[in-house]
Amino acid sequence: MMTPGLLWLGVLMVVPCLLIFVMAFYERGIYGGIDWDAFTFDNFKRAVEPLYLGIFFDSARVAGLSTLLALIIGYPAAYAIVKAPARWQTALLFLAILPFWTNYLIRTYAWIVLLNPAGLINGALKSIGLITEPLPILYNEFAVIVGLVYNYVPFVILAIYSALQRLDPSYAEASRDLGAGAIATFARITLPLTAPGVAAGAVFVFVLSIGNFITPDLLGGGKFLMAGNLIYDQFLTARDWPFGASLSLILIALMLLLLFAQALATARARGERGTAHA
Amino acid sequence: MSTIKTLTVALFASAATLLMAGAASAEKIVISNWDGYMPKDLPEKFKAETGIDVEVAVHATNEEIMGKVVASNGQGYDVLFVSSPFAEALNKLGIAAKLDHSKIPNLANLYPEAAQLQHDPGNTFSVPYAWGTTGLCYRSDLVKAEPTSWNDLLKPTDDLKGKMTMLATDRWLMVPAFLAGGMSVNTVDSAKLAEVKDVLIEAKKNLLAYDDTTFYQKLVSGEAVLVEAWDGWCNYGIAENDKIKYVVPKEGSDLWVDTMVVVESSPNKEAAHKFIDYVLNADTGKWVVENIMYKTPNKAGMDAVDPAMLTQYPNMAIAPADLLKFEQLRDLGDGMKDFSKTVTEIVSSK
Repeated sequence: MMTPGLLWLGVLMVVPCLLIFVMAFYERGIYGGIDWDAFTFDNFKRAVEPLYLGIFFDSARVAGLSTLLALIIGYPAAYAIVKAPARWQTALLFLAILPFWTNYLIRTYAWIVLLNPAGLINGALKSIGLITEPLPILYNEFAVIVGLVYNYVPFVILAIYSALQRLDPSYAEASRDLGAGAIATFARITLPLTAPGVAAGAVFVFVLSIGNFITPDLLGGGKFLMAGNLIYDQFLTARDWPFGASLSLILIALMLLLLFAQALATARARGERGTAHA
Repeated sequence: MSTIKTLTVALFASAATLLMAGAASAEKIVISNWDGYMPKDLPEKFKAETGIDVEVAVHATNEEIMGKVVASNGQGYDVLFVSSPFAEALNKLGIAAKLDHSKIPNLANLYPEAAQLQHDPGNTFSVPYAWGTTGLCYRSDLVKAEPTSWNDLLKPTDDLKGKMTMLATDRWLMVPAFLAGGMSVNTVDSAKLAEVKDVLIEAKKNLLAYDDTTFYQKLVSGEAVLVEAWDGWCNYGIAENDKIKYVVPKEGSDLWVDTMVVVESSPNKEAAHKFIDYVLNADTGKWVVENIMYKTPNKAGMDAVDPAMLTQYPNMAIAPADLLKFEQLRDLGDGMKDFSKTVTEIVSSK
């Protein structure tokens, strides 16, 4: 039985992925397109050249840094929402996801307005005399990380909020009753038990960041290549689909590995909790 | 392997057929153009004159439309607007049709130079729609000295550092260094690419950004004072601030040409030729100059433009004979891999 859902997945997800997979083993035609007569592993050999590996590592570093910052901002925010009076929680969550009502590009352009040398932040700092020359806060790695964190923090808040909310308050009470302070209770009870939520949020930010190409392009001023830009360029600028496909496969493999690790962690956490209940 | 090829082609073709299923049997053509690159009412007027329906698809970049038509062998489109190197690739791939000049009488509206383009002498498969140069666009009130050379951008004086942008599209990202080094803009020789790479990695350190779309706004706001620009785009800046000026550096420019191509697999070639003929009328040429602020190879159109415009935007007055002195970007064929790698090395450099 082919349900509509499966058909959807099949046509829009599995078939394109298969095309990418097959394409990765052929050559770029001389004028673009694909030379189907030349089966080859060359694209993968090229993909692991230091130049391209370096870009993957660099993207992973930036995505990792963005993930860390998003967690540092997102966890306290989720915690505050859970602790807020119940009647406010919906409103607070609503505020957290409100930015999604605006187009991604517009939100990114808003950061350009804020960060550019003649922009709001530099203008304000200049007018109160804190700086004389504009701070270089746009068109560099800093701006890219700001953009990524800003765009993906709501996912972290939602993931951690749902983990915190499902947490039975009696665990923390028991910990307090047994003499643990607030910090110890948080570090030894709350944090470990919400780890699956943290992992889900983290994987989300990391995976979305490493494949992002709009933010590095706009906020990085095109001076900074992430894995997403590299793949985009191969498909749309160099018109080298096979090489782009092989880079995509490597990125997809990386992402699957992360998702698998996260699923494993979640399953283990569930298992432990299960024993705790028994 | 041919099974895989057949399967893939069949997949793309059936997708194209699905997309086309809505097409009525009445005479109708599908064209793809950049958004806003021709008069909005052109399809309507064309229909009033010929009875042929025009469906307008838009593409954001040459590469986007190339991706679509190369995968489907052009099926689903009748006329494409693409830049000359891409027209050249379409011709070599057999996707562009040979043009029948007897069906395009308005070719007579073009400058004689329009038939002498390096990528297609005699306009055998492409008809030029707009053309121009790549040069330096700058704020004459904010630079200490008026730029005259590509080296003013590549090896800037201290006051310019951090206040310059270069074009982000791979081919034009390389153009300034090629020209400054006295090389062809179509260089693929690896020793020369390495030489240019070093120059551009050094130059990158002084750039505010690579920017294809908002560089003239950066000039208007003063964020940037000197940028690599297409002449028409510099005009958008000049329109907002008359202190903005354009110069073709002493080492020269490339000649970029945007063209129209008829798709070989089109079942409506007759109508497609009629469409191209219609676009070549003086009104459309005039519209291009007044609205896109590009030069057009359409002499009748250029002649219809208010001369005041040529005074306000001096680069519009560059004579066709002078344009032809510049080398056009050509399809790089097999050289594209090395070229792309060099660009990646430059853009990802620290």
